Amino acid sequence: MEIVKRHIKLTRLVACLAFLMFFATPSSAQESVEAEVTEDLSQYQTESYKKGRSIFKSKCASCHKLDKKFIGPGLSNIGDKREVEWLQEWIKDNGAFRASGDADAIAVFNEYGGVVMSAFPELSNEDIDAILEYTKVGEKKKVGAVAEASEEEQEGSDAWMVYLVTLIIVLGILWVFFKSDNGFLKIVSVIILILLLVYYGFSALMNLDVNEGYQPIQPIAFSHKIHAGDNKIECQYCHSSAKHSKTSGIPSVNVCMNCHLLIQEYDGDVTAEHNKEFYDGEIAKLLDAAGYDEEGQYDGKLEPIKWVRVHNLPDFVYYNHSQHVNVAGLDCAKCHGPVEEMEEVYQYSPLTMGWCIDCHKETQVDLKGNEYYANIHKQLAAKYGVNKVTVAQLGGKECGKCHY
Amino acid sequence: MASNKKYWKSVEELNENSSIVDTLQKNEFVSEIPTDEFLGDKETLEASSTSRRDFLKYVGFATAAASLAACEGPVRSSIPYLNKPDDIIPGQADYYATTMADGFDFASILVKCREGRPIKIEPNRDAKGETNARAQASVLSLYDSYRLQQPVKGEDVKSWSEIDSEILGQLDILARENKKMVLLTGTMASPTASKLIKEFQAKHPSLEHIVYDAVSDSGALDAFEQMYGVRALPNYDFSKAETIVSIGADFIDQWQGSSYESSFIAGRKLNEGKMSRHVQFESVMSLTGANSDKRVPVTPSEQVYVLLSLYNAVVGANVSTKATKVDKAIQQAAVQLKQAGSKAVVVTGIQDKNAQLIAMAINEYLQSTIMDVENYKLLRQGDDKKVASLIEDMNNGKVGALFISNCNPIYTLADSNKFVTGLSKVALSVNFSMQYNETSVNTTYSLATSHYLENWGDIEMKKGNFSLMQPTIKPLFDSRQLEDCLMVWLGKTEKYVDYLKKNWNENILEGRSWNTALHDGYFISNKGTSISKNEVSVSSPAAALLSGVKPAAMELQLYMKTGLGDGQQANNPWLQELPDPITRAAWDNYLTISAHDAKENGLMNRTVDNGALNGSKVNLTVNGVVIENVGVLIQPGQARGSVGLALGYGRTQAMKEEMMVGVNAYKFYQNSSKFQSVTIEKIEGEHKFACEQLQHTIAGRDTILKETSLEEYNDKSLVPAKTWNLMPVVSLKHEETDVTDVDLWESHDRTMGHHFNLSVDLSACTGCGACVIACHAENNVAVVGKHEVRVGRDMHWLRIDRYYSSEISSQKEAKESGMSMGDMYAALERPEENPEVAFQPIMCQHCNHAPCETVCPVAATSHGRQGQNHMAYNRCVGTRYCANNCPYRVRRFNWFRYADNDRFDFNMNDQYGKMVLNPDVVVRSRGVMEKCSMCIQMTQATILQAKKERRKVRKDEFHVACSDACSTNAMVFGDINEEKSPITEMLEDKRSYHLLEEVGTKPNVVYQVKVRNTTEA
Repeated sequence: MEIVKRHIKLTRLVACLAFLMFFATPSSAQESVEAEVTEDLSQYQTESYKKGRSIFKSKCASCHKLDKKFIGPGLSNIGDKREVEWLQEWIKDNGAFRASGDADAIAVFNEYGGVVMSAFPELSNEDIDAILEYTKVGEKKKVGAVAEASEEEQEGSDAWMVYLVTLIIVLGILWVFFKSDNGFLKIVSVIILILLLVYYGFSALMNLDVNEGYQPIQPIAFSHKIHAGDNKIECQYCHSSAKHSKTSGIPSVNVCMNCHLLIQEYDGDVTAEHNKEFYDGEIAKLLDAAGYDEEGQYDGKLEPIKWVRVHNLPDFVYYNHSQHVNVAGLDCAKCHGPVEEMEEVYQYSPLTMGWCIDCHKETQVDLKGNEYYANIHKQLAAKYGVNKVTVAQLGGKECGKCHY
Repeated sequence: MASNKKYWKSVEELNENSSIVDTLQKNEFVSEIPTDEFLGDKETLEASSTSRRDFLKYVGFATAAASLAACEGPVRSSIPYLNKPDDIIPGQADYYATTMADGFDFASILVKCREGRPIKIEPNRDAKGETNARAQASVLSLYDSYRLQQPVKGEDVKSWSEIDSEILGQLDILARENKKMVLLTGTMASPTASKLIKEFQAKHPSLEHIVYDAVSDSGALDAFEQMYGVRALPNYDFSKAETIVSIGADFIDQWQGSSYESSFIAGRKLNEGKMSRHVQFESVMSLTGANSDKRVPVTPSEQVYVLLSLYNAVVGANVSTKATKVDKAIQQAAVQLKQAGSKAVVVTGIQDKNAQLIAMAINEYLQSTIMDVENYKLLRQGDDKKVASLIEDMNNGKVGALFISNCNPIYTLADSNKFVTGLSKVALSVNFSMQYNETSVNTTYSLATSHYLENWGDIEMKKGNFSLMQPTIKPLFDSRQLEDCLMVWLGKTEKYVDYLKKNWNENILEGRSWNTALHDGYFISNKGTSISKNEVSVSSPAAALLSGVKPAAMELQLYMKTGLGDGQQANNPWLQELPDPITRAAWDNYLTISAHDAKENGLMNRTVDNGALNGSKVNLTVNGVVIENVGVLIQPGQARGSVGLALGYGRTQAMKEEMMVGVNAYKFYQNSSKFQSVTIEKIEGEHKFACEQLQHTIAGRDTILKETSLEEYNDKSLVPAKTWNLMPVVSLKHEETDVTDVDLWESHDRTMGHHFNLSVDLSACTGCGACVIACHAENNVAVVGKHEVRVGRDMHWLRIDRYYSSEISSQKEAKESGMSMGDMYAALERPEENPEVAFQPIMCQHCNHAPCETVCPVAATSHGRQGQNHMAYNRCVGTRYCANNCPYRVRRFNWFRYADNDRFDFNMNDQYGKMVLNPDVVVRSRGVMEKCSMCIQMTQATILQAKKERRKVRKDEFHVACSDACSTNAMVFGDINEEKSPITEMLEDKRSYHLLEEVGTKPNVVYQVKVRNTTEA
């Protein structure tokens, strides 16, 4: 498994000390995608198209797709295959239509395994015409926009500054050593060199296995940006055990299928890197895991998904999500950062003990509204005249509270 | 009173010239760091091509490589459910009520499951369930990697459909030939299974169902049947008893299928100032004998005389008996029995119908309300006579098919060869078993059965008391329980669970809800039972009993140890490593012998310089059957002229190599009699024991254990702190001051929030060891194996120290007390002959002023506001200063990596055994110190639950694993800032004291003085 974006600080340090920076050229190759706009856009602007699209999405899409068979047949250009009158009869009340003995209707019914289609008597003939227009025109083709400039470069230039300063210092010291006769300068430069080495060495050791920014490649390129950002799905809709349990819980595949049974194609904004085909492919992986074949039919061949863990705490730390999410009422973003902007999730916080303790020292516990704290609240007020305490004061800094 | 009593743990301590006792008292770690193991001897070092410089290079390179390797953590995957079951929240435990039944132990239990894996057994208190060490450990037997994983025929793996068609085909042939078929099972006590077996019998009328118990209670069953017309066993309620006389019945550990531990302790009502008086006549020191008020050692044949004489003395009859040297004790017991009248009871473990008849006759004469014959017990149903005739029939070729379930006759029968020859004449032999065991080797088919945690079932323990068994995990292997096999072979399409439910709804539940019964795990019928007593004359049974006694120069009593019981869980490392409560020896069985007899036979025990115990070896012969190479352990309190040997060891099939310990004593279990005459022959060599009795010694601090008599306890004129619960004093400003009032340290303010205390009542602790196993399961305590235990590197966070005590124990003391030479030698003989025994569970005392905390150079151990002494393993660098500074010797050092290490091939090292690990507690690694955490993961979980529900913590809601497992409520845990909780009551009790108060550690574990009822008639 390839791992990107990790141990930046360590890498930087090593590079600095080894003068690797002379040879490193930051990659800034950006492939821009030319958008070919040749289509007639006016056909997507008509009132009837918009109306038809809206009705299709709300009433038909749960069983029909445009381009392929789903629960019912694909409906692209259905107006060319059947008479409009026949379609009107069928859509309004297909049961009665079949009962009237229409041979085609019965044939279609049998072809799709005898699944009864709901009746839609509320649709007028105009509505149905609008739907047919939509099925004829189809969806607007999506094109990739030019990718935004990478943030990497910005960060890179900062790094160059650090390298440059360090380089100058080191060169200075080297000059003192080999070119100068001044003994005092030599001693000072040795001291500076030692201090520099100790400083960088210590910070390098402190950063060992601090995986801030760790962003493993996942078996399915699940985009939190689309789910939590664009579609504003609550974190705990999927990570439902966070409020009950120590683990936040990676959602089981059946939770995904609550929505993805219907949403089998991507329909949102795309980028050059991630176009519609890309996202559709990822959804297809999910459907495959959930036991659906390429035709969208359930075949029961389930395949567990082997996600890569992003947030790894060592075994000797006990962390409980429900304590923080449910009892303390913390926002998930406090530790996990702007997940709604992450295309693929990375580790936002350092997850070091110092980081935990800092928060425990600062965070005030809301003693009101939780009967558990009632007694403590009363005693505190009586004894010290304090109304608020931090987590640390309540014992959140004791070793045994997290290490057992 | 403790003042003139001498406590000792081992016979070695009575030997004044022993240097090892001194070393053990002074050093926490007896052996040095085992540098030899990795450096080897000098010659090898010199012969090596690696120079010192090379070595340093390697070290440098290895360190650099290890540091670089540590830069990147491993990539870890997480695999979520595909379809998550509704009632499982990952990370949260679920509890299911079910019933343990393996044919030997039966218990109503709660099973803690994490993500669908059972990880811990707890007693189902609502159903009055009790768990002993074996029940607690049975969850690990589920994950035994040596289980049979699919049905096999000989060596060939078969599918269940092949098995079904082959066996049905053979059954048809046998039915046509009208051959006799036999189903041989252990005690099932299952009403629904019996019904199913009857249906099977209806289809195959030639099928006979024979019940076989490895350790038989056939005599007691026969006696009860003769007296009351039902083949069952009486139930006893010791909680109401005033006088209990037991002749060789080990009813505290396990007797007749259940333990009477909690009922016995409930009868010792110290808060009312009353206690039952318990007199035990026995040969081998049993757990019951150790807990008795008066223990009288007698040989097995004398046990019979005692019973007969007791009958004479109580009833006033004159059946013939024989005088013994303990006649005075018999008379005294009889007087106390008669005084207690209907609140007296006599029980006997003599496995003879006549003996059992006489015991019941005494109880009937006393009109004992303790013996309950109406709610009779069904937990033993074996019939020795039928088993014997079955073996005859097999040898005569009369048996066409034999189905064996839940028993292992080829291992447990004394004459298993005859069974094997018989078996070869049986056309169809099928063994339903969890393992490919000794019996499987000789049967045609071995069908993998499921563990009770994977099964459906029901148990009727007492008449009218039904318990349900439900699966708590999907079967790990391709196994099928016996009942489901019978369902298939009967041609039924439904599963056994449907059959069970139907039977319960129709015949058991009396109209009440199945779901409620399943949730509760039990159902008690309202139907009363009535039983009629037959008049039985005692004179002829008494004569028969007497004539059956064959006194011998050396008599052997076979017994069962608390850990292994009948031996079916022998491949369970937790049970193997549980030190025997009496001998403190683990991983073994051995010949227990009295000090006097050992001397006569030239047998000895000696403690070698690494603190381990070695003993002489002997060959034993009973009726021409020889068992070789048996270790000898000198057991104080063993009756002279008798020796003891434990059953359940010496298994050879489906066992990990390290677990194949001890000898198979079933070879001596001839005629299902535990009493045999034996000849002992000393052989060369020494047996190496894994015995902990001298390890973690108290360094001569005798005040650690306090005990008193009921009389003194009830004497209002005595001030406990000045007499039997002596508070040590120091001189402060030339005045005697209680040590608790003098302190070097500032005290923490602990009035806010929780302050946890654990209380241990020494009067209620029977030493049964259930807490030790519960601690292993809850805290992922490693099993270290026989050798490591032997050298004192056991990992038990909670140990139960066993102390022997006697009035005088050393020659020096005797001289000082001005005894005459004659008296002195008599007194010195006594301690080993019949000492009093006390048990003391010791775990980290969670001192408020902890000596370990002040010496840790890296502050890895520190104090919590809630009273717990924390241990941060990730901070520990392994200096072991803390252990050396701990006066209680409760800290354990991880000498090795016990998980994922081939040298320790126990549960943490195999893929199934690992499933039992508690995910909330870390598995410690090498080089760190570990100790009891007062189950901080459990207190934290309770607090979190309360916070989540926005409520106060309920009274009695706090638990720890050891207090949960304790059947007798000897251990009570709670928050002492909660007023009027059980723990505050215990803390304020006048019996309460802290261990080694004079050290000034202010522990958060409090003990209660042991009280004995020494009232003599």
